[in-house]
Order: sequence, then structure tokens, then C-alpha cells
Amino acid sequence: MAKQPHATPLLDQLESGPWPSFVTGLKRLAKDKDYVVDLLGHLEHSYKTRKGYWKGGTVGVLGYGGGVIPRFTEIKDEKGEPKFKDAAEFHTLRIMPAPGMHYDTETLRKFCDIWEKYGSGLIALHGQTGDIMLQGCTTENVQPAWDEINQMGFDMGGAGPSVRTGMSCVGAARCEQSCYDEAKAHQMVVNRFLDDIHRPALPYKFKFKFSGCGNDCMNAIQRSDMAIIGTWRDNMKTDDALGKKWFAKHGMNELINDIVSMCPTRALQVKETKDVRKDAHISAVALNDSQSLEVDNKDCVRCMHCINVMTGALGPGKDKGATILVGGHGHLKIGATLGTVIVPFMSLKQEEDYEKLVELGQTIIDFFAENALEHERTGEMIERIGLANFLEGIDVDVDANMVNCPRSNPYVNTGGWDEEVARINAKKAAA
Amino acid sequence: MAQPQARKPVEYFLDNKKFLHPKLAANYGNWKYHDRPRPGVLHHVANTGDEVWTVRAGTARQMDVFTIRKLCDIADQFAEGRVRFTIRSNIEYIVSDEKKVAPLIAELEKNGFPVGGTGNSVSMVAHTQGWLHCDIPGTDASGVVKSMMDALFDDFKKEEMPNRVRLSTSCCEINCGGQADIAVVIQHTKPPKINHDMVANVCERPTVVARCPVAAIRPALVNGKPSLEVDEKKCICCGACYPPCPPMQINDPEHSKLAIWVGGKNSNARSKPSFHKMVAAGLPNNAPRWPEVNAIVKNILMVYKADARPWERMADWIERIGWPRFFEKTGLPFTKYMIDDWRGSRYNLNASAHVRF
Repeated sequence: MAKQPHATPLLDQLESGPWPSFVTGLKRLAKDKDYVVDLLGHLEHSYKTRKGYWKGGTVGVLGYGGGVIPRFTEIKDEKGEPKFKDAAEFHTLRIMPAPGMHYDTETLRKFCDIWEKYGSGLIALHGQTGDIMLQGCTTENVQPAWDEINQMGFDMGGAGPSVRTGMSCVGAARCEQSCYDEAKAHQMVVNRFLDDIHRPALPYKFKFKFSGCGNDCMNAIQRSDMAIIGTWRDNMKTDDALGKKWFAKHGMNELINDIVSMCPTRALQVKETKDVRKDAHISAVALNDSQSLEVDNKDCVRCMHCINVMTGALGPGKDKGATILVGGHGHLKIGATLGTVIVPFMSLKQEEDYEKLVELGQTIIDFFAENALEHERTGEMIERIGLANFLEGIDVDVDANMVNCPRSNPYVNTGGWDEEVARINAKKAAA
Repeated sequence: MAQPQARKPVEYFLDNKKFLHPKLAANYGNWKYHDRPRPGVLHHVANTGDEVWTVRAGTARQMDVFTIRKLCDIADQFAEGRVRFTIRSNIEYIVSDEKKVAPLIAELEKNGFPVGGTGNSVSMVAHTQGWLHCDIPGTDASGVVKSMMDALFDDFKKEEMPNRVRLSTSCCEINCGGQADIAVVIQHTKPPKINHDMVANVCERPTVVARCPVAAIRPALVNGKPSLEVDEKKCICCGACYPPCPPMQINDPEHSKLAIWVGGKNSNARSKPSFHKMVAAGLPNNAPRWPEVNAIVKNILMVYKADARPWERMADWIERIGWPRFFEKTGLPFTKYMIDDWRGSRYNLNASAHVRF
């Protein structure tokens, strides 16, 4: 039995209503833990005064420079003593879950047992960067809790100016739209950068996210410095039986309104099956015995809309890989940026392909480490130096897929034009 | 006293093979298609003919160990002891026998975990730490989300939206919750109050000066102490100076307001990914249930639900109907604060005769 709970009239109001309540969870923990009794008091104080009261500091584990988020209370009495003394320290351990956030229950139960023993018993599944967040631990318990977690086979995530924990979608494990082995890419990349995750020494954070297709379930283009988005180069795969099944259920109006007219590049047309073009870049799926939906794969941008609506009838092709974008980040300081294409297509089939992806990540991080200003993300660095300079720095050739359109202003010195064209032509001839 | 031998950490990022449901492991990379037999359930078919049903349920994200153990009990009983989590903190159970789906749903709901969040539903809110743990929060996260999801409970459990709806909340302008169809983000309205006694001890002043997006901060001597001063005419109240220098107190119980943004989209489906846009601001930080915020979020969602065509995301819908009609239909005022004047802002102005009447 823990000590007497503090009155929490405001938090109590978050126990009503149908959605699962974190307050009810905290109160359950507070029955046995003075720590959580005081945590509830601390949080109620925030609700009452509408302010936060945690400050950072320095707490870590042996061998690592990051991964623990230290929190010390700022709610003090007139003598400078913590008012909620049992929750005066409320550190978080960031732990990397396996790719795709899959668990067996034995593992989850072990996490629970460790965190009940050393911490508050509160676990966030998961933080926005993709970590298991073991929330609430005293300074002295951080190391023993970490030792047990590490011995389970889990490693600590990133914090501060470092490579951060990566994220990958469910992908090949359960999704027909998967265009590469997201978990494999995720695991290989993170294992290369463990030193940069655990020992923060970069200008600022660097995030990798892995989505298996353009639906980008990991929000990689927006939320990561290097986004690996699955795609394919050849024709869309089609399945006539599933096409007919879809059409029988949904009919022509839905086909036209929900699919054909919503294609962003007008790559779809409804045709009599006999009139479907025979060119190599055309694919078609049967709708009934006489009509087909024709796809011009040269016009298609792999946006995924028609595939999402007619799952299985249409699908990604066989020549799979990824489009790579660099420079996504949230607000502050130049405003949010989305990633920019720097590799339109990288094949991801063989082991060597994945090694090439890891190498590209290394090249980009090396350039970032050398050239970014303190507290500058890759997207901000690229905005400051220009994409062309960044590409030159990482030795990647320019490609028209990297822009929405060529420049619309004349403010550039094109004096090197002839040499540049000669260089491109020589490279083409040598390829 | 002798120090115990320091343990060297084992640095290794594990693979997921042993955590996969056996049917997922057996059909890895070999799935054919999926459909959704009912809200909250996905049915995947592999090229081998294998089938799995995934049941998705909402959680509070911040969970006590007793809740997690209960979720594990359910997995042991129905789902071969495996679970996975989505990016929005929903839990997924995978079952290989269709007969287990209904009893699994019943068991989850009996224990207070709503089944839904699939297809064209409103999924759980992507959110941050807030007052519970963050060192710079302007508001709470879990509480805002709890009150919002209470209000959107039916929309989570049904698939009745035109397309999927993704929400986020963020406790400061860094926007850790991310871009979303509807995002709730703190918007400060007063420049930081500076605790001049503390600055010299706590802050690296050049770092703080460099952090300001509008160069409004400069070093100054205040009461004989090295400190900082803010040009309040220039200050955009973003709070960027606060994380590197806590004496630049930006959070204010009254003047830290909430803003609502719409039309953010991460997917490449149809249109390219886009940022959300501000459509309301000045809302009070009204803990514990933020009723003013929830009323506007719910209103926008209901207008979207009634007006958008099938498969139009929030951004697609607004692109079709235009911003003037968005403000007309939602009854929200369009104000001068929504006219962009940050870098690149000219591209957000209407340089055409395209006007809807």
C-alpha cells in the first residue's frame, strides 16, 4: 500500500468517457507506489496552474552519451525542497523496439516486470520517434533497469544531436504493397549507426524512416532526414479475377468517380478490352468480359491511390526498390520542410543493394556532420547551401525528378554550362 | 567501497523475426491483397492461400503495466502470443482463424479497448508528452488526446469518413505531433518573460541569439548582469529560445493559446504530401478537457464528413471546394493572421483570377 493520494479533481475528470484513460492507469500504479502518488500530484499541479514543471539535466548509463531523458522537478517549497519529493526525479529511458513494433507477450511482460521493479510502471508505446518510452525512473535506478533491458537483447534509442531511433512500417510482414524488405533495411541502417545513436556528436538530430510504398505510413517524407519510400519501375501488376470481383461489387460510377478521375496524372482509362494498347508500358486489368482499366505506366507516378482502392486487382510491379528523399523536419527554425528526392530509384533486391543504401546513409551523415551548423537539420542545411551543392558534396548526379520544375528566375551564373553538358554527355557515353 | 565492475552495453539493434506472428513470418513478402470485413478488422490473403485477420484496438499510449499485461493475456488467449503496435499507438492482434475474430473483439471491448481505427475512420491522435514529462510543454498531451478521443469515439469505431482521418496534437510550436488532417498546436501570443537573474548562469547566450528565427534577441546587460533582451516588435512568439534557455519563459497559463491546423497529408496518394494550414487560433488552454478546441475539431470533421466525396482526404476536399468555402462551411473566421508572410509566402497567395462564387 502506498501513501495517501493527493486530491486530483482536475485529472479525475479525465477518467470519465469511453476512451481508455491514462489517469485510471496512473491511479492503479499509485495504489502501490508513492512515486506515482506524487507524480499524480505533480501533474495535477500542472493542470491547475497550466504550466509544465520538469527541467532537464544530465543522467546517463555507462558507455552511452544519450538515450536517457532526465527530468527533475521544479515544484519546490519555500526551502527549495521538492514539494512532491517521491517524484522529484522522473527520467525516461528510450528503448528501440524491433522493426515494425512487433512483440511476443513474453517480451512485453519482461518490460513490465523490469519497469514495475525499477520505474514508475508507466510505459508509452510508442514515442513519436518510435521508441519504447519507459517513463519515470530515479537516477539511481536508471543503470540497473538498463542493464536488465539490455540483457533482454534490446538497445537504447537516440536523444540529442545524434542519429535517432528509426521506424519502419509493417511492410513485407503483412502488406501486399510492400516494395522492399523494410525491416531488413531498418535493421542494417541502424546497426551501422549505433555509435552515432549512442554518442551524440552530430550538429543536430538525424532520423531515418522506412515506408514500403508511397502511402508512407511512417510519415517519412515529412518526419525524417532520410526517407526510404518503396516504389517500382516496371508495370503495375494486375489480377483479372480480383478486378472483376471489385467491379461487380462497385460498378462503373465508383470506378470513374473514385479511381479514374482521381488519378493525379490521368494515367488510367476505361477501354473495351480489344482496344487496350499493346505497348510494353501498358498494363490492364479486366473489369468484366468486355471492358478493362488501362494503365499507362509511363504516366503513373506510383502514388498508390488506385492500388489502395482496388487492392489486389492492381499492385506494385516486380522491379522493386525505393525512392530516397532527404531533409524532412518539423518547425523551428526555418519552418517545416518536406524531404526532397535525391535518388529517384534505388533497386532493393540483393544484399548488395541494401549495403549500397547503408553507404548512402553514411555519405549523407558524413556530409551533414562536416557542413551543417550547430542545431541545423539536413533540410535546413540544404536550404542554406542549395540542393545542387549538397548533391555535389555527396557525389550524386542531378536528375529532373528532384524538382517540381526548373528555376523560374534568372539569378544564376550559367558560365559553366558547356563543361557541365560535356560532363553529363561523357558520363552517359561511359555508362 | 569497491565499485562494482561496470557492464559494457551490448550495442546491437535486433531483428523482428522472433516477434512476428507465425503466419506473418511464413508469408513474409508474399501477400496478395487485403479487404476489411468490418471496421477494426483487416483481412490479408497471401499468395500461398494463407489468410490472417488483424483486429485493431485503441490504447491510451501512456499505459500502466497492468493494462499492458491485460493486453498480453488477450494475445495469449487469441493471437498466439503476438501483438504489434501502429504508429498511432493502436494495438494489433493477428489471428489465423476467422472464428476467433468475434470473441477477440468482444474480449477487447469488455476490457475497455475500442476496436476500430481502420480504413476511413478517425484513428488515434499522434501525440507528445506534455506536462507529464516534457521540459518545455505549453499544454498537456495525453489529456487533450483523451478528451478528443472521447468526443470522436464513434468516428474511431466506424469507417464512415470520406477517407482516413489522421489527427495530431503538439504541446509547443516544434510540432512533435507532426502534420495531420487536423492538428492542434500551442501558439504563444506573448514574447518570453525573461528571468534576468538566471540567464548568465543557465544559458549560452550566443546559442540563444542564433536560435531566434527573426533575429529578435540580442545580448544585454540588465541590472549589472549579462543577460538577453528581446525586440518585442520583431518577436513572433515561437518559443525557439526557450529550450536552450529556460529563463526565456514563453509558457503562460493565459497567453499560450491553442491553434487548429487542417489539411496536412503524409501520403503520396493522389496529391503530393502537404503541410497543414492554420484555420483557427486564440483558443484557451482549458484543462482538463479543452472543450473549445474539441468543439472546433468535431465541427470541422462533421462538415468534412458531410461534404467531401469518397476518397477525398481533408486536403483533397479543400482543394476542390476552395478555402473561402471551407471557412464559410465551417463558420470559422478567416483573419489576417492566416495570410502567410514567412519565407516563400508568395507561393501561398492567389496569383490568378481563379475565384469561386
